Amino acid sequence: MIRFDYARPTEVSDAVREGAAEQATYLAGGTNLVDLLKENVARPTRVVDIGRLPLAEIGETESGGLRLGALVTNSETAYDSRVQERYPLLSSAILAGATAQLRNAATNGGNINQRTRCYYFYDVATPCNKRNPGQGCGAIGGVNRIHAILGTSPHCIATHPSDMAVALAALQAEVRVTGSDGERVIPFADYHRLPGEEPWRDNTLKPGELVTAIDLPAERFTQNFTYLKLRDRLSYAFALVSVAVAMRIEDGRIAEARIALGGVAHKPWRRLEAEEVLVGRAPDRAAFDAATEVLLDGARGHGANDFKIPMARKAIPRALEQAAAGTPQSQTDKRLA
Amino acid sequence: MSEAALSLANDPGREVASSAIGTVPVTLTINGQEHRLAVEPWVTLLDLLRERLHLTGSKKGCDHGQCGACTVLIDGRRMNSCLKLAVTLDGSEITTIEGLGQPGNLHPLQAAFLEHDAFQCGYCTPGQICSGVGLIAEGHARTRDDVREQMSGNLCRCGAYTNIADAILEVLGTEDRE
Ligand SMILES: Cc1cc2nc3c(=O)[nH]c(=O)nc-3n(C[C@H](O)[C@H](O)[C@H](O)COP(=O)(O)OP(=O)(O)OC[C@H]3O[C@@H](n4cnc5c(N)ncnc54)[C@H](O)[C@@H]3O)c2cc1C
Ligand code: SF4
Ligand code: FES
Ligand code: FES
Repeated sequence: MIRFDYARPTEVSDAVREGAAEQATYLAGGTNLVDLLKENVARPTRVVDIGRLPLAEIGETESGGLRLGALVTNSETAYDSRVQERYPLLSSAILAGATAQLRNAATNGGNINQRTRCYYFYDVATPCNKRNPGQGCGAIGGVNRIHAILGTSPHCIATHPSDMAVALAALQAEVRVTGSDGERVIPFADYHRLPGEEPWRDNTLKPGELVTAIDLPAERFTQNFTYLKLRDRLSYAFALVSVAVAMRIEDGRIAEARIALGGVAHKPWRRLEAEEVLVGRAPDRAAFDAATEVLLDGARGHGANDFKIPMARKAIPRALEQAAAGTPQSQTDKRLA
Repeated sequence: MSEAALSLANDPGREVASSAIGTVPVTLTINGQEHRLAVEPWVTLLDLLRERLHLTGSKKGCDHGQCGACTVLIDGRRMNSCLKLAVTLDGSEITTIEGLGQPGNLHPLQAAFLEHDAFQCGYCTPGQICSGVGLIAEGHARTRDDVREQMSGNLCRCGAYTNIADAILEVLGTEDRE
């Protein structure tokens, strides 16, 4: 680990001033950043500990939704009674991720800002365009079992590892940020980005911007939802493919459906055309298969991750069935509902 | 704790802790005893416990959050001490396996681990027990499935999982034992 100095501001304005310095980085729960510091992947000269900022509360928004403070832990969020009652999809996705002790430390702001688990990104002895722009991508033509099948670029095929973010994409959350230019609100779909020509940018935060909260809209999806996560072992493993579904059924027809995929792209993967396919149709396998084809259109494997395409092709209709039947995947009893 | 460390740490009225590469004063209550320390920002809680305070009960398995051997209770919540920078914990109360119980005065979960033969080599055990104590305090586990899922952050290379679940279920006082 490199040497760095340390600041622990107690006001957002001080934190943003500290964070604007070159080579400064924010530290929240530390479960990702400390790991990256140990691997010499993160090399800040100053660590700004945001753990004492007044951003650790869950409250109501004016529009009937919930505001999740950036420093509320993943555990506190998942087990909060308001979140459990109104956004069970979010609770489920959080509890599908990591472990109890990691979720006790991990924060909401840190979760959506966690870096990829690409092996080459973590190994400074190998080339990686995300870590060292212009070096090349070790995963293309290398070991890429966990990598993306959608939205990749010739420069990077990494995935975003968060489970929580997949649910937030389906719920159409908004990310509230503060920087030296003031506050702004970023729709979740525009928060993370595809690698394109700039694979070192995971998201659309400007340098030094701080996430202060995540807002959940009033719409809740408490009946027809699921988070289905497929991985190498039943717990304590990142998603190979995951599917978040939020659905509204009226008079036996799908009135609205949202599908977000994890483990397959550099951001939670949604395609509105796939969701539109479902609107007005009966919730049956034919409709689900049709939506799946649109959602996976253009999917491409890179060798070791080819299996993710047939895996996703099975997981998506299964998740849609779970949501339509009102039998969401249990995150304890891992048998498929 | 060394006298030098003690003498470096007398800055009680500070508002914003800050360091230009050097040490930061930190007060931690560890197993009920207050420690005033001067700590470099890059030192993890696990290294502080083991290397400076010689509390070697907490184990370093992976040092990357992947095994749970370093699990301790921070303000009553279980966390991986290998991923916590000690400076961030100023003012916290930390309980390690040494603070849960001692020979002759075991914590009920320590006693249950003995009774159920819930270990072989013992390397994962301090982390398992701290994690189990955290799980019980959280109050989200009723069944064996719940316990297994909520203990997934603690790996055991000896594979003592069945007996570990038995020990925790006994202290939880639930019926779902096999
Ligand atoms: C072994 C292991 C297994 C895991 N498994 C899973 C899993 O299955 N699913 C899953 O979703 N996650 C998993 N995780 C990842 C875990 O969820 C994240 O590490 C955690 O959510 C990060 O939160 P944190 O508060 O600890 O972030 P930190 O480590 O403190 O920060 C992470 C990054 O976010 C930035 N950051 C933090 N807060 C803010 C903010 N408010 N504004 C701007 N930037 C900020 C930091 O600068 C840093 O770059 C796993 C982690 C480990 C170690
Ligand atoms: S996939 Fe992206 S993160 Fe992984 S080596 Fe290539 S450029 Fe780096
Ligand atoms: S040593 Fe901390 S989780 Fe393995
Ligand atoms: S008892 Fe040996 S690792 Fe668990």
